[in-house]
Amino acid sequence: MIEAELGRCAARWYPGATGVAGVIRLSGGASQETWSFDIVHPEGNIAAILRRAPAGYGAAPTRAAGLNAEAALMQRAYDAGLPSPRVLHVLQPRDNLGTGFVMARVEGETIPRKILRDERFALARPKLARQLGEILAGIHGLALAQLPELRRMTAAKEIAELERDYRSFDWPRPVFELALRWLRDHDPGPSDEVTLVHGDFRHGNLIIGPDGVRAVLDWELAHLGDPMEDLGWVCVNSWRFGEIDKPVGGFGARKELFAGYETAGRRVDPARVTFWEVMGTLRWGVMCCGMMQRFRLSPEHSIERAMIGRRSSETEIDLLRLLAPRGR
Amino acid sequence: MQDEPTPEELIKAVADFLRDELTPEISGHKAFKLRVSINALDLATRQLALQEGSDAAELARLSKLLGMQGPLGELNRVLADRIAKGELDLRTPGLAEHLWQTTMAKLAVDQPNYASYRRELGSERN
Repeated sequence: MIEAELGRCAARWYPGATGVAGVIRLSGGASQETWSFDIVHPEGNIAAILRRAPAGYGAAPTRAAGLNAEAALMQRAYDAGLPSPRVLHVLQPRDNLGTGFVMARVEGETIPRKILRDERFALARPKLARQLGEILAGIHGLALAQLPELRRMTAAKEIAELERDYRSFDWPRPVFELALRWLRDHDPGPSDEVTLVHGDFRHGNLIIGPDGVRAVLDWELAHLGDPMEDLGWVCVNSWRFGEIDKPVGGFGARKELFAGYETAGRRVDPARVTFWEVMGTLRWGVMCCGMMQRFRLSPEHSIERAMIGRRSSETEIDLLRLLAPRGR
Repeated sequence: MQDEPTPEELIKAVADFLRDELTPEISGHKAFKLRVSINALDLATRQLALQEGSDAAELARLSKLLGMQGPLGELNRVLADRIAKGELDLRTPGLAEHLWQTTMAKLAVDQPNYASYRRELGSERN
């Protein structure tokens, strides 16, 4: 069914396109779907991805930038020479596909364990911590005047949102309370510099090939704020997938990330990065609790959500390692 | 008194069947869900084996730390409250140790292969 709509849609904006083929649903979140397909063209097919919220689908989370903003950010990143898919089309009402956009499909791997273990990424791995720093510097260097409308966030606002989410579960967790106290006591205040913040720069949202990062995906949580937030989030232990001595996504050291960032002409504030790493660890923990909540409340009864709920204790041990390390 | 086999034995038998006999037959997204399901049963087995001991130890620590008696859930709520209000913090004797022991006991059930847990367990044993 979606195939027919997509075919008509592609024929309208892609000159010479005759339809679409190979339509596969890749994933479905609560508010968004991702589809892979090829635009059929006499001169060769074009690999594409549709990211959309069908009409009448669940409301996007309040934090979401919105699909039109995501498309604009992705295109801005592409234009600036950052690894980003080219946006091919932003859905219009007459497309009858809901809201969203079509982008070029970038080949590569997003599954962390493969990227961190498979032989074909062995040459890329030692370079990735630095490359992630360079890419983040590029994202943070995008001119604010050319960005779509985005939420403006500060550390204080983020703490308040996290606390509100956590309290809404009514599920007392002493380690989370300790982390919330720590965050309030160590709030570095508003950043001197406000930039675009990707908001979810980590494994899963990076397409990686043997040559390194090929695309940054998922701008859903993009906002304006402290650029150090992205550097802290990418260091959260939950994204190291076992390589706990390599804080940057299991690839390498913070100093490599920082060096890549500073080579691109930007400055790192390591204390702020640590603050955001603690915040990020707690945030993932609270998100895990949210999964447990949805498991209980939603009719789907998803065993995956239930088990992600049981991962919140992972963030508790990581918070203790950050805030109350034991002498060794 | 209920008859045997025990819930532990039943869950373990189901998990073993799913793992050894069903897994080779299933592919794709269902294989992923099957793996998650087996993990859930293994977790339940660990909890049934460990919870009684770890809950009792946690309750004893909490009673001492807070100077009061009560059910585990209630005392946890009081502890969370007091930390939130700043009445207890990492300088409070016994608090860090309590949180560490409680968290280690959770990881032993939830994710005994989690790298941070294995690292901490290793340094406890050294």
